[in-house]
Amino acid sequence: MADRLTLEVATPTRLVVAETAEEIVVPGRQGYFGVLPGHAAFLTTLGVGELMYRIGRDEHYLAVAGGFAEVRNDKVIVLADSAERPEEIDRARAEGARDRAERRLAGRSESDVDYTRAMAALARALTRLQTAGRRG
Amino acid sequence: MATLRDIQRRIRSVQSTQKITRAMKLVAAAKLRRAQERVLAARPYAGKMAELLGNLVTGSDGSDDAAHPLLEPREGPKRQIVIITADKGLAGAFNSNVIRRALELVRQSSTADVTLVVVGRKARDFYRRRPWTIKRDMIGFWDRLAFSHATELADYVMQQYLDGEADEVHLVYNEFRSVVVQRPVRVQLLPVPRTETAGAAEAGSIAYIYEPNAKSILDDLLPRHVRTQVFRALMESLAGEYGARMTAMEAATTNAKEMIDVLTIQYNKARQEKITKELLDIVGGAEALTQGRES
Repeated sequence: MADRLTLEVATPTRLVVAETAEEIVVPGRQGYFGVLPGHAAFLTTLGVGELMYRIGRDEHYLAVAGGFAEVRNDKVIVLADSAERPEEIDRARAEGARDRAERRLAGRSESDVDYTRAMAALARALTRLQTAGRRG
Repeated sequence: MATLRDIQRRIRSVQSTQKITRAMKLVAAAKLRRAQERVLAARPYAGKMAELLGNLVTGSDGSDDAAHPLLEPREGPKRQIVIITADKGLAGAFNSNVIRRALELVRQSSTADVTLVVVGRKARDFYRRRPWTIKRDMIGFWDRLAFSHATELADYVMQQYLDGEADEVHLVYNEFRSVVVQRPVRVQLLPVPRTETAGAAEAGSIAYIYEPNAKSILDDLLPRHVRTQVFRALMESLAGEYGARMTAMEAATTNAKEMIDVLTIQYNKARQEKITKELLDIVGGAEALTQGRES
């Protein structure tokens, strides 16, 4: 058994990360899951959140949203709708999105279609801001 | 015989055309490089996606897990054809090749059974004047092509398919073979062909742990797969357009140069002739004078 994992994160437009890591934490739709070498074959859908991969003592973060994650033979493949490194995030845009989503949420009932959509937008914006905060 | 001034005027006109074709060639070359990079950058995602789908569909073979409306072939005559061309011409046979390829396909069914989705101004302008029904067009987005355009288009045709407006959806576009070679191809988009998904499944026997379960992952995966397919077609078409335009403008620039060369020779000949004629006049005149004096 290898003591390292290979990680590939791809979005429809580009390959974001191709690295070897020792530990990876992925935001699955049903909650975060951690992957260490020797993990069983696993396939899940991605939620919105922060993906973490650790190389030695360095922890790296990505803001991801939507898609799939596959674990197989110590290889983790993440196909995300979007994935950004902290330095790539446009803070102003994420803040704008957060404020817009919050305004939309105010005074809406939970059954509203727009409510679900605004909630999703809010989650994405908050994740981005959190990840952006890890810069430097 | 054209006068000197006429020839000169033509040379200048061809020269300015040449300037334009050369500039267009350079622009197309620069855009082509970017478009090619994007095609390459999108490959890992698309390849992996096809592999995952293959694993899912064959891995859980036969069981209901691998059933999905987008996968099930239907008996029905209704075809929807998505035709992808450029907005602009001046790209050789790029647009007409696709339009012709699509026409072959469209004519296989009776007119009433075919609906069209046209992408690019050239396809729209061609089919607008013809008897087929255009359900939707997409125009003027090529300069800022993004994945969202693919999503919009793919979601539309998937909805049409699920609503029973179409029993099959095909995509006709220019495949980017190389800078000089673009080939019009037809791809069946819906139902998602099972053979296509099975090919990549070298590890089909892997027993995955699915979360929440294979069915819901498939529900998520199939629409994304279709969007990815559409995105790839759009990007290949865009790269192909630039490739075709570059080649066409290169040829035009060369032709202009040949024409200028021919015209320049003509010009020189005409000038030489004029000088000779003038000289002859002078010599002849002088001769006449001396002869007149001698006699």
